[in-house]
Amino acid sequence: MATLDLGMEDDIGAAPAPRSRQLGLLFWIAIGWMALVFALALFAPLLPLPSPTDMDMLERRAPFSAAHWLGTDGLGRDELARLIHGARISLAVGLFAPVIGLVIGGALGMLAGYFRGRLETLVVGSMDVLLAFPPLVLALAVTAYLGQSILNLTLILGVLGIPAFMRVARAATLTLARREFVIAAEALGATHRRILLRELLPNVLLPLVAFFLLGVAVTIVAEGALSFLGLGVPPPVASWGSMIGEGRESLDVAPRLAFLPAFAFFLTVLSFNLVGDSLKAVTDPRQGAL
Amino acid sequence: MLGFIVRRLLYLLPVLVAVSLLTFLIASLLPGDLAYVILGDQATPENVAALRHDMGLDQPIWWRYLGWLGHVLQGDFGRSFRTGQTVLQAVADRLPVSIELMLLAEIMGLIIGVPLAIVCAARAGGAFDRIVTGTAFGMLSVPTFLSAILLIYLFAVELHLLPATGYVPLSEDPIGNLRFFVLPALTLALAEWPGIMRVLRSDMISTLQEDYIALAKAKGLKPSRILFVHALKPSSLTLVTVTGINIGRLIGGALIVETIFALPGIGRLLIGAIFTRDLIILQGVVLLVAAGFVMMNFVVDLLYAVLDPRIRHGHA
Repeated sequence: MATLDLGMEDDIGAAPAPRSRQLGLLFWIAIGWMALVFALALFAPLLPLPSPTDMDMLERRAPFSAAHWLGTDGLGRDELARLIHGARISLAVGLFAPVIGLVIGGALGMLAGYFRGRLETLVVGSMDVLLAFPPLVLALAVTAYLGQSILNLTLILGVLGIPAFMRVARAATLTLARREFVIAAEALGATHRRILLRELLPNVLLPLVAFFLLGVAVTIVAEGALSFLGLGVPPPVASWGSMIGEGRESLDVAPRLAFLPAFAFFLTVLSFNLVGDSLKAVTDPRQGAL
Repeated sequence: MLGFIVRRLLYLLPVLVAVSLLTFLIASLLPGDLAYVILGDQATPENVAALRHDMGLDQPIWWRYLGWLGHVLQGDFGRSFRTGQTVLQAVADRLPVSIELMLLAEIMGLIIGVPLAIVCAARAGGAFDRIVTGTAFGMLSVPTFLSAILLIYLFAVELHLLPATGYVPLSEDPIGNLRFFVLPALTLALAEWPGIMRVLRSDMISTLQEDYIALAKAKGLKPSRILFVHALKPSSLTLVTVTGINIGRLIGGALIVETIFALPGIGRLLIGAIFTRDLIILQGVVLLVAAGFVMMNFVVDLLYAVLDPRIRHGHA
């Protein structure tokens, strides 16, 4: 699971079931949940919430009440406030890290797929080196040396995503570079730069963006796993992963402390997977009947 | 076939060298000088300088890399400055636990995934297929640390059926050993089966449209015989590759699962080394795990080439 092997099994073999091109009800529910989590995370400082880090030792593991809607955790901190502030971390890391992969991996993949030759060998080879490490092991080792911070976490998870984005961009470019509109542009004497930016990029971007959403899901999972192990965001910052990790200590007396963040986590990852998967099916260049 | 093996091996060599270089660079260039870590409170500038000199840390980085690589090639990965144990010894002690865990997990994953895939492919698009495919998709969003918590809550906290943490060696108490492995392996299997199921199902669906399956049906063979005997083997090619790709995920998952269930495997060695800043162990374990991972992928490539002749001749 919590690794960055982004949906490789889907690249192999035929598409599973004939998927309708219409986006169903589930798609829009997922979009709705994503929007809700987004809005809450974005406006968390403006919401009338108790502090997510203030401890109240007299109110430890308090049940649901008017003061603490979702109760308090093992150190008397407001659970709802921590959930919402945790969403900020998960989403920030989950959104920014794949941007690194998207930009660097996308650019490398397009260059490799367009120019081929030595450049392609070099790019694919260096990605193989990065892929030679089990992703979580590399992420752990680098965090251990660099030190725990949100920035470091984002950078590492971002770099780990580069090979996957590279593959998607390269595969799409390889297919598209043989299409008539590219050959026509070449015949008209367009420069490489123009072909890459004006002809190929708009077409490669579609599958990349669909893949980006799957990347967000994978990154949120990876961040959660690292934080769960106590090697992600440094305490007392709340992240869903660290909340689940802390909740594990009190599974027998207050299982909700683990299950509330776990549920929010699951729904969010599922939403990104659902939306990404639907968009991937719609934007796959192989299915384009032209 | 021999040519294929040689080609793959020649490609493997630069990858392994680059892996060792990257491992070394991560450990050397990033902040946190080893001498300060070892000396701790007693890190006066003189002490640090002396220790750095003793350990060769004052030499140029490429020289240190070559020296380190030389030792590694002779099987000397260094020893922990905390416990005095060599890296190889520490890994050898813990490897059987991790391997047992991953094997059990893969077996459980196959036991769940393969029959489901066959039944789904037999009636693709039916109600059962849609439920299973949907569940598999949902399970892709359940990382191991979530299913671990759920399983611990169900089987250890509520039902008191299985132990949540602990370990006894297989040689001392086989039954007890397996009891400790059920929940961790099941946790990993829950993450493995959706991938197995999805890949086998889609390959199976295309196999079932082949002419020879139609012939088998026309001959009046039993559907179960067609599915399990005629269609399963040709459909399982992709499964082999996917198993290879999934090894990386399995290693990452095993790391988390070992930590949660307190199994003394490689994963806990690594996490322990991170928390105690035991950099020699960390560097050695990362290198060994990465090298092992590369070799496993190599074996999977070979296996795939044995199964499908098109690969070794480069027509895939």
